[in-house]
Amino acid sequence: MSRIGKIARRTFLFGAVAVAGGAAFGAWYVSRPAPNPLKPAEGEASLNAFVLIDGEGVTLVAPRAEMGQGTMTTWAALIAEEMDLAWEDVRVIHGPPAQAYYNSALMGEGQTHKGYDASAFQHSLGEMMGVMGKVFSMQVTGGSTAMKDGYERMRATGAAAREMLKTAAAKRLNVGVVELRTENGAVIGPDGTAIPYAELAAEAAEVEPPRIELRERSEWRLLGTSLPRVDMLGKSTGTAQFGIDTRLPGMRFAAVRQSPTRGGMKRYDAFEAGRMPGVEKVVDLGDGLAVIATNTWLAQRAVDAIEVEWEPAPYPESTEAMVAAVEAALDTEPDSVLRDDGNPDRLPAGATAVEAEYRVPFLAHATMEPMNATAWFDGQHLRLWCGNQGPTFLRDACAAEAGGDPAEVEVNVTLMGGGFGRRGEFDYAVVATKVAKAMPGTPVNVTWSREEDMTHDYYRPPAIARITGAVADGAPVAFDARVASPSIAEQALKRWVGFAPGGPDKGIVDGIYNQPYGIPNYRVAGHKADIAPPLGFWRSVGASFNGFFHECFMDELAVTAGADPLEMRLKLTRDEWLPAFYALEAVRDMSGWTGKTEDGVGRGLAMVYSFGTPTAMVIEVRDVDGAVRLTDAWIAADPGVALDPSIIEAQLTGAMVYGLSAAIGEEVTFAGGVAEQKNFPDYEPLRMAQMPRTQVQILENQERLNGIGEVGTPPAAPALANALFDLTGKRVRELPLNKAFDFYV
Amino acid sequence: MATTLTVNGTSHEVDLPDEVPLLWALRDALNLTGTKFGCGVAACGACTVHIDGEAVRSCQVPVGDVWGEVTTIEGLGTPDALHRLQQAWVDHQVAQCGYCQSGQIMQAAALLAETPNPTDDDIDAVMNGNLCRCGTYPRIRAAIKSAAQGA
Repeated sequence: MSRIGKIARRTFLFGAVAVAGGAAFGAWYVSRPAPNPLKPAEGEASLNAFVLIDGEGVTLVAPRAEMGQGTMTTWAALIAEEMDLAWEDVRVIHGPPAQAYYNSALMGEGQTHKGYDASAFQHSLGEMMGVMGKVFSMQVTGGSTAMKDGYERMRATGAAAREMLKTAAAKRLNVGVVELRTENGAVIGPDGTAIPYAELAAEAAEVEPPRIELRERSEWRLLGTSLPRVDMLGKSTGTAQFGIDTRLPGMRFAAVRQSPTRGGMKRYDAFEAGRMPGVEKVVDLGDGLAVIATNTWLAQRAVDAIEVEWEPAPYPESTEAMVAAVEAALDTEPDSVLRDDGNPDRLPAGATAVEAEYRVPFLAHATMEPMNATAWFDGQHLRLWCGNQGPTFLRDACAAEAGGDPAEVEVNVTLMGGGFGRRGEFDYAVVATKVAKAMPGTPVNVTWSREEDMTHDYYRPPAIARITGAVADGAPVAFDARVASPSIAEQALKRWVGFAPGGPDKGIVDGIYNQPYGIPNYRVAGHKADIAPPLGFWRSVGASFNGFFHECFMDELAVTAGADPLEMRLKLTRDEWLPAFYALEAVRDMSGWTGKTEDGVGRGLAMVYSFGTPTAMVIEVRDVDGAVRLTDAWIAADPGVALDPSIIEAQLTGAMVYGLSAAIGEEVTFAGGVAEQKNFPDYEPLRMAQMPRTQVQILENQERLNGIGEVGTPPAAPALANALFDLTGKRVRELPLNKAFDFYV
Repeated sequence: MATTLTVNGTSHEVDLPDEVPLLWALRDALNLTGTKFGCGVAACGACTVHIDGEAVRSCQVPVGDVWGEVTTIEGLGTPDALHRLQQAWVDHQVAQCGYCQSGQIMQAAALLAETPNPTDDDIDAVMNGNLCRCGTYPRIRAAIKSAAQGA
């Protein structure tokens, strides 16, 4: 581990040194194929780690967590496209945790260039760094990387499988491979005879994968179209199986209460709880308690009845103390200065200065499905069922808890009722393992109450930005930002791979240092606050707050400059990066932007470049009897290649809703080290009546394929705050906005 | 302690204390897992089922107080015989994570039974208690309208 630790520290720290990491392991280790984790049963054949064929047909492996983003569908479509499968015949499974399913794009994101300005060399370097994901068996769904990761690899995988099947058919028919073609899951011979893949699978599995060429886009049948999602029927009929729906023979149900301070237990008295109806066992988890019962509700009632005294929190006990630590970090040495153009310290002659401070609070993920996992431990083998975004890390952590080898752990990744980053953690599975250990031989479904879920999240941290800027001749000439926040990556990586890489955390400034605007004096410094309350990746991560900081301040600059915020941005992006310019043009045209609004109407604009994709958004608000109602939203985003327009539209709309929910009414506060928001009435997401009409336009002006699952979140808060300024003349620089405005409900 | 429940047309003996919410009888005793647990306090709508056609939050109804026949998402329609709302949900590709959708569909079914051609305001009023963290609201609205027109 120490050797891996050393290499990974360099990888995360300096990006480029990842290549040296490859050298340390030996190129043979990095480049050798990962073993195929599929173990075909009698009558099945596996052509590679992603294609399994049996008598019924073809099953594709989409080893990325399906949490609503449609990854299962589009991942399978990448393979099916080149394999010439009929879409209605495609079956998709998640498959086991395995090195073969490593994410080849995630580690490449560790580079510190701005993204849109990356050279061909930096792209290749990113690809090489990505391969290091294999060294760590980094099977992770996150960072909006699934399609970037799979776009070429999965089409190549499908093409290789197709050619293997054709080679097998050519042998059988004694004809040349060139005389064969494929269609609807079958190889078609020169005389038109169709041989289904199922009949060729066993022979094809023996064929060495030939060289392949990917098809041109003009030849695509599936990709680029809106396919029926593979999970839609189940999700419309209540038959889709989420982790919480796991049902096994002889299964019991458990509820938990873990230390809400993360500080452990001083003492407890479970005598009465142990005698309550349905209760079979009270389990001391060390830092909390579980009750195993015949019914989840009976377990919950009993665990709630236990009197517990908790140890104090290992982090500052109040929101005020934690925010004070974030504020103090602004005066420390920067953790990073990832943009430093020109000289923002010297105000150009005749320029007008602007200065502002912005703040955002802690946030919870609040997935609709509360955290849960089912574990079954027989004393040696551990079997787990749960949704999660990092099954290899989860497997290893649960193996450690069970005191066994990871090879003894089976992880069944289920559909998940929302993830948003929360399911990148594996605490719920470790808890379930602890509970199952207390009742060997019995599967136990361990479900958290909503209160447990809300008070035991890994939260989006608070952040503060102090920004100074200047305008001259109607345009920004300086933008100088300092952002302070605690490091999420530091503690998340410690949980994932067991060590905390020191050094700069790009996440603190992601979404503010890398915006495609040509401002001559442009500097962004990140400051790491030295506190460690439980933190985690929350949809769009650093960009979730930095988009708000950057784009609201841009609005302030426009107001001071007397410029239209849209025209101003068009000028600033045109020479810097055209895809951003086109996204702005698109929302201008969709919304009929004139820069003027009638009385009682406000419009706000934001454009944020995140996860490789520029996303522009206009939001319109109206005064309805003194309350603010969101009436319309227009979104234009450019992911480069639109693999499935319907799913992309849903992602952009949904990510905007996630951002608006937080912007309007979400905040987690702490008292006595405990989160004060326990359930939805205290933590209120956007509801149907608040949902604006939404129009989405997908652009394809940039060359490479980029992320889509998170990019709709960052522009939501600033577009809304800017619209509220337009409506009321009041500039609010702190979220959530319902502290300053009454919203229509 | 045993309670007799009629769920989706079938009678079941449920051996649970009377105060256990219907939700947990459905999910844990009858293995009807289509009805979801979201909050336990009637704030999210994920657990919505029908009792005698009326939409209720099953997390708030003790099994001892169930006053009529219960219909869950499994009883509304099946993958082979979809209810028109379920068909509309598929046609409009509504679900993302899908966790709230059983509750959304049960709530929408009660809406259409009461108001066959709902306006946007009708939809807002009735669907406002059903949270969706994925933000599928526009497609839910479209699906309800198309199911209403198809009626």
